[in-house]
Amino acid sequence: MKIFSFRKLNNSVMTLSMVMATILVLVPLGLIFFHIMKMGLSSINLDFFVQIPKPTGETGGGMANGMAGTFVLIALASLIGLPVGILGAVYLVEYGGTRISAVIRFAADVLSGIPSIITGMVAYAMLVEPMKGFSALAGSLALSLIMVPIVLRTTEEQLKMVPDTLREASLALGVPLWRTSLKVTLRSAMKGVVTGILLAIARISGETAPLLFTALGNQFWSNKLTEPIAAMPLQIFTFAISPYEDWHRLAWAGALVLVTLMFGLSLSARYLGRTKQQS
Amino acid sequence: MKTKVKLEDLNVHFDKNHAVKGTTIDFGENSVTAIIGPSGCGKSTVLRSINRMHDLVPTAKVTGRILLDGINIYERTIDSVSIRRLVGMVFQKPNPFPAMSVYDNVIAGYKLNGRINKDEADELVESSLKRVALWDEVKDRLKANSMELSGGQQQRLCIARTIAVKPEVILMDEPASALDPLSTLKIEELIEGLKEKYTIVIVTHNMQQAARISDYTAFFYLGELIEFGETKKIFTTPDKKQTEDYITGRFG
Repeated sequence: MKIFSFRKLNNSVMTLSMVMATILVLVPLGLIFFHIMKMGLSSINLDFFVQIPKPTGETGGGMANGMAGTFVLIALASLIGLPVGILGAVYLVEYGGTRISAVIRFAADVLSGIPSIITGMVAYAMLVEPMKGFSALAGSLALSLIMVPIVLRTTEEQLKMVPDTLREASLALGVPLWRTSLKVTLRSAMKGVVTGILLAIARISGETAPLLFTALGNQFWSNKLTEPIAAMPLQIFTFAISPYEDWHRLAWAGALVLVTLMFGLSLSARYLGRTKQQS
Repeated sequence: MKTKVKLEDLNVHFDKNHAVKGTTIDFGENSVTAIIGPSGCGKSTVLRSINRMHDLVPTAKVTGRILLDGINIYERTIDSVSIRRLVGMVFQKPNPFPAMSVYDNVIAGYKLNGRINKDEADELVESSLKRVALWDEVKDRLKANSMELSGGQQQRLCIARTIAVKPEVILMDEPASALDPLSTLKIEELIEGLKEKYTIVIVTHNMQQAARISDYTAFFYLGELIEFGETKKIFTTPDKKQTEDYITGRFG
C-alpha cells in the first residue's frame, strides 16, 4: 500500500516537472513575440513598407530597401544554394558509393555547424576581396553556404523515403537513372523537399553576421548586385545600436516583420509536412 | 523452338553471398517459362539479371553471359538502358506512378524519356489498355489518378505500361501474388494472350499457376537450377527427386 502511494507521488512529480520544462521552453518564445509586438506594432504603417530610412534628425521613414534587399539576397542565395543542395542530395541517395556519401554527409554536417560569421569571411575572401567591394552577390554567397547543408540533408532524408519500387518501375521502362532520379524520385519527394527549402529560407532570412562584411548594408536603394545592399537584419542591427529614438522604433518594427516572416515560413513548412503524411 | 534469351553459366554474388550458381538455361521465343522454387532460392535474382536490374546494387556482381538474340547484354559496350527497353518488367506489388493519371501511366516510358505526340499517345494508350483488357473498365476515367484503380486493375495498368514501350521480353516477378483470385485469373488469361507477341519469364510461388500458364518450368533450389524442362513433364514425371518433393509439397 505504501509503495503504491509512493509510485503515485513519483508519477505526479515527474509529470509536473515535464509540464514545467515544456512551459520553460514556450515562455521565452511567447515573451519575445509579445514584447516585439508591443514595441513594434505601433510603428508599422504604410511608410514603413514603402519608404527608405530618413536621414538622421528627420522622423518617419521605413525599411523598404531593407525588405527588398532581404528578398533579393534570399532569392539569389536560393539560386546558388538550392541546385547545389538538391542535386547533391540526389547524388548522395541515387548515385553515391558508400564511402563518398559518408564523406559528403560529414562535410555537410560540419558546414552546418560552422559559425555563420565564418561563412561571411569565406564569402569576403572569395568575392569581396577579388571584386574590391562589398556586394549583394557576396552576401548571397555567404547565405547560400548556410543553405546548402540544410537543404542537402533534408532532401536526402526525403529521397531515402521514396520506395524503391517506384525507381524500379521507371528504370524497367528504360528510363535512364538521371531522368528517373529527377522526374520520378525527386518529384515524388517534392513536398518534403519544399518543406526543407522553406526552413532553410526561414533560417537565412534572419542571419546578420554573414552579411556584416559581405552585403554591408545600404541606407538607400541599390541598383546593382555588385553594390552593397540593405537587408532587414543589418538595418535592425544598425538602428538598434544607434542613439536615435526614431531609429529604435524602426528597429522594433523591423524585428516584428522579420519574426512574422519566419513564423509564416515555419508554419507553411509545417502545413506542407502535415499534408504529406495524410496522402 | 528458337531461343530468345540464353543464360550461360550465370553467377550472381551479393558480397559474399553466392545467390545464383552457374545457371545455364534457354528461354524460347514466344513461350512462357515459369521459375519456381522456395523463398530465397534465387528466382528473383535470376529474373533481375535479365534486364540488368542488379546494375544499381553496388554489392551485386554478375558473371557469365546472358544472350538476347545472341548478343551478350553484359558486354561492356552495351547500355543497360537500351536493354531495359527490350526487356520489360512487371513487379510483385502493382507500382503505377502515383502522381500520374491512368493515361500518363501507360505512356510513362515515353513521357519520362521526353515527348510524345498527342495522336500517337492516344493510339498507344488505347491499344495497350485493350491488350491488357483494361480499356473497357477505365476508358471513361483515363484522366483519373492511377491510385484510384483496384489492385488488379493497377497491375494490368503496369503491364500495359510495360508493353507500351514495345519490349520483346517481359519479366514478371510474382505479378499476381498481391492480388485476389479473380484478378489473378485475369492476369493469367492475359499472360496466355501475351505470349503470341512476347517472350515471357515469370517467377511464381504458386505451383498451380506455374502449371496452368507456363510452357516450360525451371526449378531452383539454394541458388542452383535443379531441373528445367517442359512444364507438363516437370509436374508429372520430374527427373530429380528434389523437384518431385517440392512440387508435391513435401518441402519448401
